[in-house]
This record gives sequence, structure tokens and C-alpha cells, in this order.
Amino acid sequence: MNQFKGQAISWSTANGLIELFLHRAPCNELGSLSLDELEQFVSALDDLEKESHALIIHSEMKSGFCAGADLRELYERSSVMEKAQALAGVRDFLERIHRGLNRIDASPLTTIASVHGVTFGGGLELALACDLIIADKTARFAFPELRLGLIPGFGGIPRLKRDIGNAVVRDLLLTGRSFNATKAQQIGLVSQVVSEGEALRAARATASQLGKFDRHTAATAKQFIKPIPYEDLREEINIFCDLFARPAVQAGLRKFVESKDAQPYLP
Amino acid sequence: MPTNDQTLMEILNLAAAHFKVPRESLSPDDDFFKTLGIDSLQTLDLLTKLENHFHVELPDYELQGVTDFRTLAGKIRARL
Repeated sequence: MNQFKGQAISWSTANGLIELFLHRAPCNELGSLSLDELEQFVSALDDLEKESHALIIHSEMKSGFCAGADLRELYERSSVMEKAQALAGVRDFLERIHRGLNRIDASPLTTIASVHGVTFGGGLELALACDLIIADKTARFAFPELRLGLIPGFGGIPRLKRDIGNAVVRDLLLTGRSFNATKAQQIGLVSQVVSEGEALRAARATASQLGKFDRHTAATAKQFIKPIPYEDLREEINIFCDLFARPAVQAGLRKFVESKDAQPYLP
Repeated sequence: MPTNDQTLMEILNLAAAHFKVPRESLSPDDDFFKTLGIDSLQTLDLLTKLENHFHVELPDYELQGVTDFRTLAGKIRARL
């Protein structure tokens, strides 16, 4: 399937470049619909990779790349279930999204997250699964999960640890604070910072450059330099599920969903 | 270093231009959430604009509870 138009994501290919667009209002929250369509994309990837050298992931929403997990859906579903059933549902969701992001992480393509605006939680985790992050100056990053009594659950900590120093990881994780594209470039998270609205153009230019190189060599170099931390990723799911079982999480989710605060992402 | 008033004027000019409201409609002691009518995503957008303009880093938790431009100017000056 060379192109797909879904309710949350779409993709198309041209000249060896796959473009995956996120377009679910308000800010590409990752819930069951997005996951279903992401799995369709991952299933199509085996075929798409045969004719491609690069993948760009970009958001069509003005507000940003992705605000993370769909906390409203998580709260609404888990609050009407028995605790064991809710926990099993969460584990299943995590296993599925890890499979999808691990597949993107391991793709022989060179993958580029082209980001702007809000790139929080699961959105940052999606970007971290890519090889390069190109951000425009409006981009803002955060791992705010501790406000809910959780840790990032879509592979964030292991992939952040792979890319940047542990001291910075601790700061971002333990404070939950957000930071801008300039800071993200300083700490080595983002490789290019461009003017507002220019991230996709820059990502396409980068993808065009990548197309000049031998694909086997590029894929081999990627595999050598970017090992996938499978053991830590597995451990992350277990820790997340242990924490999710605590009452503080349901209270945190309820507080977030019901909040009318202009800064609900702050604890 | 600019004076507090200079910093304050720059914030007001920046907010007016970014959110496309008349500059004269903004005052230093206004509650910017109400005056600008901004939501949580737009608040983050403003934060990024301010950081880029003043070349400072403003941790969210230092701005918690800050609702008026004058106090915001003080927080920014503390990071200049």
C-alpha cells in the first residue's frame, strides 16, 4: 500500500521518500485509533522499505508534533474497568506501541522526525525512535509523566539514555519541565533547528541528501551506531505497569482530565 | 542589562504582536491568561517565544502561579 489516508495518520511515498503525517486534533494524542493506524503503517513498512531510503514523520496540526498519550481515553476506559482488567489493557497497549516504535527504530531507512510546537511525552518518544530530529523554533519538549505518578511508557527513558547524558535525562524526567528547541540542540537531542514552519522543508532536503548514498552502507552504519535497548524497553513496560496499579495514577489522570488550568501539564 | 520597565515593554510588545491584539489593550498588571484568552498550548507557545526573544531558559515550575506581565518580567530578568 503506497499511500493511506486514515483518521489519525496518513502516509504516501515518492522518489524513495516515505512521509508519515499525523493529523488528529487537537494535538495528535496517541490513543487506540492512532495505534491501530500506526500498526497498519508498520505492517506496510516491509514493502515500503524496498523502494525507499528515508522516512519523515511530521504533524499537520498547528499546535505541535504530538502531545503524547491520549490521557482522556486512558482515564475514561480505565475508570470503568476492574483494576486487573485496566492493567491488562494498559500492558497490551504498551506492548503494541513498543512493537511499532521498535520496528520504526530498527528500520533500515534513515528516519527523521520533523517537529514543531508541543512534542510531549509519547510525542517525544515517537520522535526519539527516529534517527534524526529536526525542530523548528516553536518546538517544545517534555516528559511530564511524573505529574501522573508514572514514568514515560513508550520507550522514552531507554531511548533518551541512548542519546544524551544521564544527568540531563534525570533533570528532564524528575522535574517534568519543558524545554525549547535551542536547549534540545544544546543537549544533543535535536540535530537541526530551523525557522518557524521550516522543519518539513529541512527534513525533505536532508532526506534528499541521504538518497545519494548506498542504502546497504547507510543501514549498516545505522545498525552499528544506534543499538536498540530492548532489555531496558522491556523493563520500562514492567515499571510502568507496576506504577499504574497505584491509586495515585487514577487520581492524577482524573485531575488532569478535569483540569481547567491553563497549565494542566504542570503538577 | 535592560531595566525592569524595558523588559516589561518588550514582553507586552511581543505578546501583542504574537497574539495579534492591539498593544494598547495590554497593561503590565493584566492577567495575561484572561486578557489574551490563551489556552495551555498557547501558553507554551508564549513561553517559547519569550525564551527565544530573551535568550533565557524559563523552567515551567518557576512560572507556576505567575499570571501578570509585571511578575513575568521579573522572572525573566532573574535569568538574564
